[in-house]
Order: sequence, then structure tokens, then C-alpha cells
Amino acid sequence: MTVAALVLNKKDNVATAVRPLNSGDGIDVAVGEKAVTVVLLQTIPFGHKFALKDIESAGQIVKYGEKIGQATVRIKKGEHVHVHNVEGLRGRGDIP
Amino acid sequence: MNFQGYRRNNGAIGTRNHVLVFPTVICASAVASMISKAVPGTVTVTHSHGCGHMAEEKEHMIRAMAGFCGHPNVAGVLLVGLGCELITPEVIAEVIAKAGQRFEILNIQAEGGTTAAVGKGKLLAEKLLKEANTVGRETVDISELIIGTNCGASDTLSGLTANPALGVASDMLVAAGSTVFLSETPELIGAEHVLARRAASEAVRKRIYEITSAVEALVKKAGVDIRGSEPSPGNIEGGLTTLEEKSLGAVLKGGTSTIRQVINYAERPAEKGLVIMDSPAHDAVCNTGMIAGGAQVIVFPTGRGTPLGAPTVPVIKVSSNSGIYERMKENIDINAGDILDGGETIESIGERIFQEIIEVASGKITKAEALGHSEFAIHSLGLAV
Repeated sequence: MTVAALVLNKKDNVATAVRPLNSGDGIDVAVGEKAVTVVLLQTIPFGHKFALKDIESAGQIVKYGEKIGQATVRIKKGEHVHVHNVEGLRGRGDIP
Repeated sequence: MNFQGYRRNNGAIGTRNHVLVFPTVICASAVASMISKAVPGTVTVTHSHGCGHMAEEKEHMIRAMAGFCGHPNVAGVLLVGLGCELITPEVIAEVIAKAGQRFEILNIQAEGGTTAAVGKGKLLAEKLLKEANTVGRETVDISELIIGTNCGASDTLSGLTANPALGVASDMLVAAGSTVFLSETPELIGAEHVLARRAASEAVRKRIYEITSAVEALVKKAGVDIRGSEPSPGNIEGGLTTLEEKSLGAVLKGGTSTIRQVINYAERPAEKGLVIMDSPAHDAVCNTGMIAGGAQVIVFPTGRGTPLGAPTVPVIKVSSNSGIYERMKENIDINAGDILDGGETIESIGERIFQEIIEVASGKITKAEALGHSEFAIHSLGLAV
């Protein structure tokens, strides 16, 4: 069985799928030394991210141990994390 | 550690031995192409510049063109102009002559039109080619190498496999005394603090923030969300969500060394080691800037696949995943997807990239070269009338 998803830093609250994953799958991921199981609430395409824990609206999305953006709505553990529920905070000429 | 390179009269080291037919203005592009076609073994480019540049864009264009034409991979260059343009062959010749570059000049108006210019140009190009063919490779130290890094058509795997593996190779090169360019300023946004921690001095640290702030100010002036352009639609389809995420993955290409200097687009570095070039992220524009800055080999990680090459410098393509490697094998030199599903590690692929750089610098032909890819574009500052 090949690895299903990768977590790069133990501070991260998202994992990256390294093969297509189905809704309802229970995915085991290594977060630092810990093994965490996440039940997927949605289908996750190859290369896309899912939440390792519940993230509040306006909460930080953390990958590489660094902030990559902010949740625009509440995101549940196992949900797909992408442009529909995350915004970037840099290069934003559209907000005053 | 050594490689086999071409030593030029000015001491600079080439990894290729090209004769370049270079139009200094768009009006000379067709004539340059006709000459190159008539003299197999030469290379040429097409661009839309050379006239109408104002203010700092004029010096910027001259630096980029002269850097490209005076590059050590170019044994000799035929500069082709129209005659009435802003950047004439003589303007470029003055700069590259100081650096000891071999050149010839051709002027379409002075020759009396296309046919006469192509006829004379053919003779000049043949002469340069004959001279170039007398030069051979010799053993040189890899500290003579400048390696450009640039990633394009990225996906989220780029930051997990190909970019960190290239980072391992970058660290090995810097340890061996070579120079590595980290570039693509928009893709440093959101990762400045990571880079700033590694700045060699307060001046370098400050400059890192200055160049990303300038790009962000441009986006703010346009009144748009940069996510309309960065990450690109293909990046987003590949799973990259924000520019910050893309940047944090992109800067891994440069490895973990101290950042010695921040240079302008197409500028030659004064320092060895890891150097940041302030450049747009546009793939061909960035490659051209790094070549003009002296890069003799470019390494290019890609997630979604690209055929990109360069006219005078080999471009080594590294795929981030095995799917795209299988689909675009003819375009990709190394598959870093093996880190996920081929029993390789970031370190082992990094070492393979390092070895490939030495082999390609010594003459091994890349996939992009074999297929004839020679994409070329110069950064425009938008100051032309």
C-alpha cells in the first residue's frame, strides 16, 4: 500500500493527497511522530488538500509549518481545503 | 569537482558552443531567422523589443540583450539591426566587446534590403560558425558554474518532491563553490521571512522585502486579487490554493544556503553561492533573465508538464509526479515522482539532479534541446511608446 497523503510539518492542519482519495475513506497520515486517522467527507483529487482537524472561519491554514491562507468558512476535519473555502492574504489589491 | 566546458578568450566558461544570430530590434527578426535557417548549426531568437523604450527600460533592455549575446555559451554572435532603431547592433556590440565577446554586425538599411542583408549575413554567420568549430572542451572546476532554477506549471507535488530535491542539488552546488539563482519574485511572496532569515547581511535582508513589496504594490495598483494570475488556473487545478502556498514550495528549489546577494533582472552576480534574481515568474522571461545573468544550465521542476527550453542554454526538466512523467516523457529528464512511488528519496533524487547538471554542463543533450525547444522572451517594464 502506497502512502495516501503527506503532512510536511507537525504544525500543519492540512494534508496533501498523493493519489486520488474517495469520500468515506479512512486515511492514516503521519503528523510528526503521531499517526492520525482522518475520515474523508469529500472526494480529494490527486495533489489536493484536506483538513486534519476542524478549522474555524478566519482560522489559519498551515502547511510547511507556515501560514498559507485563511479559512473563509468553517472547515470540518476531512473536508477538501481549496479555493472555495480558503483565501490568500498576500497580493490582495481587491481589498482596500 | 570538475566538468568539461568551453573556455572563452575572456576566461568565461561555456557549457555549449553556439553561434547566435540576434536581432537587436523586432524589425530585423525576419532577416535574422532567414540567415539562421540558411546556416544550419546557428541559433536565433525572435522578440518584440529594440525600439521605443523610455527611461530605465532602455538600460534594462540593453543589459538583457547584451547579457544574452555576451553569454559564454555563445562562441560568436551576429547582431542584426535595421538601422534607425533605438538599440542598434552597435549599442550591444559596445557592451559585449568590453567583455571580449566575438561579434559581427549587419545593418539591413545599409545593405539595401532583405535579400542583400541575408546574403551578407549568411557569409558572416558561416565565418563565425567556422571559428566556433575550432574550439574544444577542457576540464574546469564546477565553481565556474552558475545554475538557474525556475519552476513552472507547478502542482502541489512540486513543493513535496521536485523542488526540495532540487534544493538538495542547490546545496551541493553551493558547497562545491558554484552559484545558484533563485528567481521568480512573485513566488517569493509569502515566503520572505523564510528567506530573510538566511540573508548574508542586513542589506540583503532588506532587499528581499523590497523586491516582493514592489510586486505586491503593482498588484494593489491594479486593484485585483493576485489569485486571478498567481497561482495560475493550472496551478489551482493541480491543488495549489494560495500564492503563499505556491511560494513556500517554490523557494525550496534554492536549498538552505545563505543568500549572498539580490540582483536585478539580467544582472551578473558579484557573489558566488545562492543569489536571488528579481524577475517575473513568467517561465521564458525568467529563463532569459537568468541566462543574461550568466546561468549556463537551468533546472526546471514541473508538476503539470512543460516542453520549455532555451536557445543557448540547456534546460533540465524535473517532473514532480510519475503521472506527468509517463504522459510527457519526451519532455522530462528526471522524474522526482519516484520519491512517492519509485523507492527514491528527496536526497537520492537531489543527488541525481546534481549528477545530471554536471553531465549536461559537459555536453549531454537535454530533452528540450533534442526536440529543438528554444523559447525566449525579455521582461518588459511597460515603458515603451
